[in-house]
Amino acid sequence: MNELVSSEAKSWIGRSASPQRIEVNRSDIIKYAIATEQRAEKFMQGDVAPPMFLFAALRPLVSIDRLGSDGIAKDPFLPDLPLKRLMAGGTKMKYHRPVVPNDVLIATRTLSGITEKQGSSGPLLFLTYDLTVKTEAGELVMEEQQSRILR
Amino acid sequence: MNTRLKSLAVGNTLQERQHTPTNVSLFLYNAAIWNAHRIHYDEAYTTSVEKHPGVVIDGPLQGDWLVQVLTDWLLEDGELATFEYSNRRASYLGETLTAGGKVTAIDLESGIVNLEIFIRNEKFEIVTPGNATVRFFKP
Repeated sequence: MNELVSSEAKSWIGRSASPQRIEVNRSDIIKYAIATEQRAEKFMQGDVAPPMFLFAALRPLVSIDRLGSDGIAKDPFLPDLPLKRLMAGGTKMKYHRPVVPNDVLIATRTLSGITEKQGSSGPLLFLTYDLTVKTEAGELVMEEQQSRILR
Repeated sequence: MNTRLKSLAVGNTLQERQHTPTNVSLFLYNAAIWNAHRIHYDEAYTTSVEKHPGVVIDGPLQGDWLVQVLTDWLLEDGELATFEYSNRRASYLGETLTAGGKVTAIDLESGIVNLEIFIRNEKFEIVTPGNATVRFFKP
């Protein structure tokens, strides 16, 4: 069955990307709150980050010459697979505590699985990632399971 | 027990909210999340190269709107515990999307309430479904 996934690609399962360190600041929270048209004053003032702010804060910061012609930063944490068209799948988040200005967060992403499925228009590969966000002191902030689909 | 929690019933609906993104609001969102994918601002590229009918409304932006249905409903009575969603169908600049939800389960003991949330388009198709649990604070 799994002939699409080379043993080299399979060896990535369980591997983690180098941890990302993020310094949270109030103006980034305010920009996110404005852009998403939040109604709660605590978000608009940047006192607390809206839950999905972490999605913005964890986006890769790479130089322009590392963006593709489509404008996307290539994810270096992706094994070499025969299917190339990447689609967002679902995501599941567990929130442990809100993010506030001056938090210093450490995010670790682990490739937890690669599954091959037969879709109606050909084979699909499902990639699952586990993301853990903690404070620098080790307090758990958020855990997320993300899936991505290659076709 | 939290008085708001006590007053809840399975099937209660949450206040719906409509969103009609503009070029300006999508620009600000993609700037705030530091996303340069051209399908969110370059119409000629989006239609000719990626073959979409128009500029694409970001999936995670819809995820945020789902969360706002919850946070605007919870106010300061509780907090978001878990949240999941998936983008099932693309939506495009010019569309009006509606975010809403309903209560699916209530546990008075723990204060945990389960909800089903959705983004629907003008054709009444659910484009982004989700589920969440919230935790009501003890008084």
